[in-house]
Amino acid sequence: MNIHEYQAKEILRSYDVAVPNGSVISDAQEAEGAAWRIETEVAVVKAQIHAGGRGKAGGVKIARGIDEVKAYAKELLGKQLVTHQTGKEGRTVRAILIEEGCEILKEYYLALTLDREASRIAMIASEEGGMDIEEVAAATPEKIFTTVIDPLTGATEFQARMLCYKLNIPNGLINDVVKLMLNLYRCFIEKDCMLVEINPLVITKDQRLMALDAKFNFDSNALYRQQEVMAYRDLNEEDGREIEASKYGLAYISLEGNIGCMVNGAGLAMATMDMIKHFGGEPANFLDVGGGASEEKVKQAFKIILSDTQVKGIFVNIFGGIMKCDVIAKGIIKAAKEVDLKVPLVVRLEGTNVEAGKAFLEASGLKIETAETIGEGAKKIVELTNQRGGY
Amino acid sequence: MSIWINKDTKVMVQGITGKTAAFHTRQMLEYGTKIVAGVTPGKEGSSIEGVPVFNTVEGAKRETGANVSVIYVPAPFAADAIMEAAAADLDLVICITEHIPIKDMTMVKRFLEGRKTRLIGPNCPGIITPEACKIGIMPGYIHKKGRIGVVSRSGTLTYEAVHQLSQRGLGQSTAVGIGGDPVNGTDFIDVLKAFNEDEATEAVVMIGEIGGNAEEKAAYWIKENMKKPVVGFISGLTAPEGKRMGHAGAIISSGKGTAEEKIRIMKSCGIAVVENPTLIGKTMAELLEIIKGKTRFAHLNRDEI
Repeated sequence: MNIHEYQAKEILRSYDVAVPNGSVISDAQEAEGAAWRIETEVAVVKAQIHAGGRGKAGGVKIARGIDEVKAYAKELLGKQLVTHQTGKEGRTVRAILIEEGCEILKEYYLALTLDREASRIAMIASEEGGMDIEEVAAATPEKIFTTVIDPLTGATEFQARMLCYKLNIPNGLINDVVKLMLNLYRCFIEKDCMLVEINPLVITKDQRLMALDAKFNFDSNALYRQQEVMAYRDLNEEDGREIEASKYGLAYISLEGNIGCMVNGAGLAMATMDMIKHFGGEPANFLDVGGGASEEKVKQAFKIILSDTQVKGIFVNIFGGIMKCDVIAKGIIKAAKEVDLKVPLVVRLEGTNVEAGKAFLEASGLKIETAETIGEGAKKIVELTNQRGGY
Repeated sequence: MSIWINKDTKVMVQGITGKTAAFHTRQMLEYGTKIVAGVTPGKEGSSIEGVPVFNTVEGAKRETGANVSVIYVPAPFAADAIMEAAAADLDLVICITEHIPIKDMTMVKRFLEGRKTRLIGPNCPGIITPEACKIGIMPGYIHKKGRIGVVSRSGTLTYEAVHQLSQRGLGQSTAVGIGGDPVNGTDFIDVLKAFNEDEATEAVVMIGEIGGNAEEKAAYWIKENMKKPVVGFISGLTAPEGKRMGHAGAIISSGKGTAEEKIRIMKSCGIAVVENPTLIGKTMAELLEIIKGKTRFAHLNRDEI
């Protein structure tokens, strides 16, 4: 789960990490009040959406004076902001952060995330702050420093100090940076984060440390014990069908194509999408109905797939293990009747009681094409969808 | 032979009084697995499917001699259950539970350091040595005793591979699901090492997916050490960047962990990577035909098939 920059800064503030003074508004009428509270010469007006690349996309403005703040607030609020992470539709800006500007002496990068190889949390830091860290990693990997943290001790002072020396932090500020690093680790652990990134972390001309931008991602498996974090969830930033699917325990992800997929198991679901693409089609979604696909889940999955008006055909690929194919077939038939299916449907069943399952599908009177293998099924649905002028 | 489990393996079920656990306990017993104990705190003295329930793993081990555990405990309590099993010095713990928080798993991994217990999973279908011992949630009947080792990050894709191998009469020595989480107990290399040394295993099927670099590391290990042919498959060629594809570990981040890269490296290390999962069984059968008489598969060119 992601949160907005202003929410990330609220969390950082509660862990004694300094962030610029500022306020969030969702109505341009409030811009003047927010501007009055700015005590610096310039103000920064920042669009709040769950996507990176806002600066380059025109979502971050430097304003001088109240009139400019008001003008930028009016321009940004309600705008569809398109960045390299939003897709071509962009995201609606529903809130903006108006905060004090500061005079930057130097910018750093600081982050915490899971190091999969070590199975531990790693702290990553660089002197190349303010830049896209992936670009730094590609061009100058030697400028990125990493330290892996033992979960039993947590981040230690010596580890933080060693990073500081590698980053050439001025002597007078080392203690402050060490403290910040340890606080950030504590925050990461206490809030069940997957990623905390401060970019840039700056030293100002008057020798203060400040987090100018921050990004948080939380472990969705731990949200059950993170009530405060859950309160930050912004459903406007999430895909409607993904939210609906999560209510039924379905793992669903929207994609841009026109062939809906319903599969049991994440690996098989990905393989099914790959086969559709292989035969020249484009999957409309990833959908894992889970190992024990029940009739109810199959029905809900159909409804969610069909709520995407781009969908011009559906491919159901189920390997019935513990769940028997005849039971699944009945679920499919019932669901197809209930949702009044109008697009081509190809079903590939394999596993327990597969013959009985296929017999049910054939006897149903519904226009259901069956397939023996993933490949055959993928090919069929691509052909049927193309016939209907889907692409 | 087989790896890690056989017909004599004595198994306990942690969380046995739960609905899913009770169902799978029955399935495992029907398959012939020696389920000798269950563990649910506070339920000692009761029994499920005729299996006695104990309060602690230590008690279950002491009273029944079980040295392997399978965990169906809900996610908030699963990490604790794994650590309890490790503290009791069990040889093998298989954690089926999915959605365990990452923080908990990093702690579990730390706890396991220096202990004898091997963890398989979490978020996995389990491990099976066909016609001898089934531990987990996989459908037993699709398996057949044979000479192919299977290791996979995905459940249903494992079933696909196993089903094809059985239909072709090749069967499996042991099939291991290592799970779809980014922090897990047993990785590809652990399983490959065991298959490499197992006399009953003639060749291996390895099924990976996007995210992390476990497949790449395994491929390099195979190139250097593996004496047996490997057929591979990777899912997720069409997965978009930055989205978790069902499994917590199946995510392409910052352009890393893509299927293309994994396939490229696996091929360069001599693995016969199939583009279509339907071809796993067929490719394995053909590969075994080709290498009859040859000793080193590493010289094999995929184009020969």
